[in-house]
Amino acid sequence: MTSPQTRSQRPAPVVGSGPLLDVHALHVSFPAGGGAIARAVDGVSFTIAHGETVCLVGESGCGKSVTALSLLRLVPPPGRIDSGSGIHFDGLDLLTLPDEQLRRIRGNRMAMIFQEPMTALNPVLTVGDQIAEVVRVHTKASRREAWESAVAMLTLVGIADPAVRAKQYPHELSGGMRQRVMIAMALILEPQLVIADEPTTALDVTIQAQILELLRELKARTGMALLLITHDLGVVAEMASRVIVMYAGRVVEEAPVEALFANASHPYTEGLLAAIPRLGADQSRLTTIPGTVPPPTEWPTGCRFRERCAYAFDRCVTEEPALVQVGSAHRARCHLVQEPERRTGTVSIT
Amino acid sequence: MTSLAHADRAMDISTAPLLSIRDLTKHFPIRSGLLQRVTGAVKAVDGVSFDIAPGETLALVGESGCGKTTTGRAILRLVEPTSGSIVFKGTDVRALRGESLRRMRRYMQIVFQDPYGSLNPRMTIGAAIREGLIVHQLAEGRAADQRVAQLLDEVGLRADYAERYPHEFSGGQRQRVGIARALAVEPSFIVCDEPVSALDVSVQAQVVNLLRDLQRDRGLAYLFIAHDLAVVAHMADRVAVMYLGRIVELASRRALFANPLMPYTQALLSAVPVPDPTSTRKRILLPGEPPSPANPPSGCVFHPRCPHPLKDEACARIVPPLEEKASGHFVACIKQPSTLVSTPVSTLPSADTT
Repeated sequence: MTSPQTRSQRPAPVVGSGPLLDVHALHVSFPAGGGAIARAVDGVSFTIAHGETVCLVGESGCGKSVTALSLLRLVPPPGRIDSGSGIHFDGLDLLTLPDEQLRRIRGNRMAMIFQEPMTALNPVLTVGDQIAEVVRVHTKASRREAWESAVAMLTLVGIADPAVRAKQYPHELSGGMRQRVMIAMALILEPQLVIADEPTTALDVTIQAQILELLRELKARTGMALLLITHDLGVVAEMASRVIVMYAGRVVEEAPVEALFANASHPYTEGLLAAIPRLGADQSRLTTIPGTVPPPTEWPTGCRFRERCAYAFDRCVTEEPALVQVGSAHRARCHLVQEPERRTGTVSIT
Repeated sequence: MTSLAHADRAMDISTAPLLSIRDLTKHFPIRSGLLQRVTGAVKAVDGVSFDIAPGETLALVGESGCGKTTTGRAILRLVEPTSGSIVFKGTDVRALRGESLRRMRRYMQIVFQDPYGSLNPRMTIGAAIREGLIVHQLAEGRAADQRVAQLLDEVGLRADYAERYPHEFSGGQRQRVGIARALAVEPSFIVCDEPVSALDVSVQAQVVNLLRDLQRDRGLAYLFIAHDLAVVAHMADRVAVMYLGRIVELASRRALFANPLMPYTQALLSAVPVPDPTSTRKRILLPGEPPSPANPPSGCVFHPRCPHPLKDEACARIVPPLEEKASGHFVACIKQPSTLVSTPVSTLPSADTT
């Protein structure tokens, strides 16, 4: 009943074989009315190694979900991935791949789990048929074999009475069960990479605990890599081996999970960590980040966080900081890394 | 369960409670067949009792479908309770009709999770805030305009925002509008129904702080309905945990987080992801999902999922009363408390600020 969660026991990511996913200078833009262009994702680069769990964190509008959709070329029109962007999956250039070949990768070698299974599942097909369809599309399995593997997969994701449930429609299942169905569908062909966009946000906390445990188990079993998009730093601490923090379309910090929590180097990351309510709190005032995330059409010059930053100084207005090395595999987009003396002194976080 | 005086004991309050709820139930009928006969009932709220003192925050926590939202709405009679009593400032709220109910509602307000759904999109937010002032004849004309400007200032919005429409605001700003609107009629009690659940963490912190400042300045009492236990840890004086329409544990914030006694509360607390990658906390994974409130289990409603080592057939037979197991700490469990979580979920500072 109780499951130990010693996080240091996480398997180390496989290194040395080249990254499984390599995202380079990803730009995604949407027309914003009046001829303006909103760059929802503005030059995002990162890699994911085989078997690694990477968390992409940030608040609404930071571009994390659009980044996730780009990886499968699912950005809803009129949004588009701009030229110059690069996405390589296991050596394949996904952005130039013909549709037919891309379809063979989607759902097979690379799969996605969405936040709201009710809108992602087909309401007029039984869940068993939907899972079996994935198998039929990508393999030579017969109808019967596909159905049997769908039922087996439902068992694996912890659905009681899988043979009965497989014949039911999405509306007959609870939210937690629908999310399990989505996971079954995403994982049935044992993809190398699973992209999960806020997979537990709509769920209750005890059900969330079950789903996170399930993802961990399945990951250990199949060796898949996981890109988990979330705004919940508790989930990050629990799942990630590496964390990428996004703000206003940019990566602002990237670090191994322990380093990020112990030594957050971007003031935005620092502010996010300070703003989380904690169970052990004693009615203390929460630390806040003043203001709100600006919309993509109103990003300030220089550092995009400077208007909300307690440490901002003149250089932050004129010059956007680059992602600079802070420590081993730890980078932050902040001038303070080079001018640490600015952090101490009279400034205080409101 | 009927004669609780836990508020007095837990808080050592000498004054009478502001709000006193006893045996509140709300059953929604299930109709079926051609004639739509009533064939059963969803027991959304099934015998809930508590007191709230002036200026106090009682948090009502639990998962989807536990009845926390229905409890909040039944208290304000936004849904009509099936039975039970609601006494607010010495007045029997359930006996009020028409104009007298409207007058009472001036003192009992609600802030919703999504203020966008509760604000008229064709009305400026100034007009929305003014509405309460006019209905309750608190101010008109220029005096009302000034009051609106004052309220906007108080919730951290610019006075000239009064001319804008709801869609022009961010989620956090809309929640501030919702709060200003509730405050306009100078209530002494506000039901906060998941007021920060839809907000990003940095904005959530701003709204939590605002609610606490307003409480301090105005002596407001809150029924704070939430599923996020960490937010509750920052807001509440006392916490009531609901499961399937009933309160299963009620205690001061400190006692509940440091020493939860009901197995469900222990599991719920252990399920909250801790933002600390070095944590080695053990988690109680509950099997299955909460049963339907249309067909609740016999005896203790939690027994089919309960991980308590002493669970036996008595748990399926006896409905556990909400009993005081320690001073001000009420638990609905017939077994001796067992600590299922080996590491405490929270380390509390020694000084209690309440």
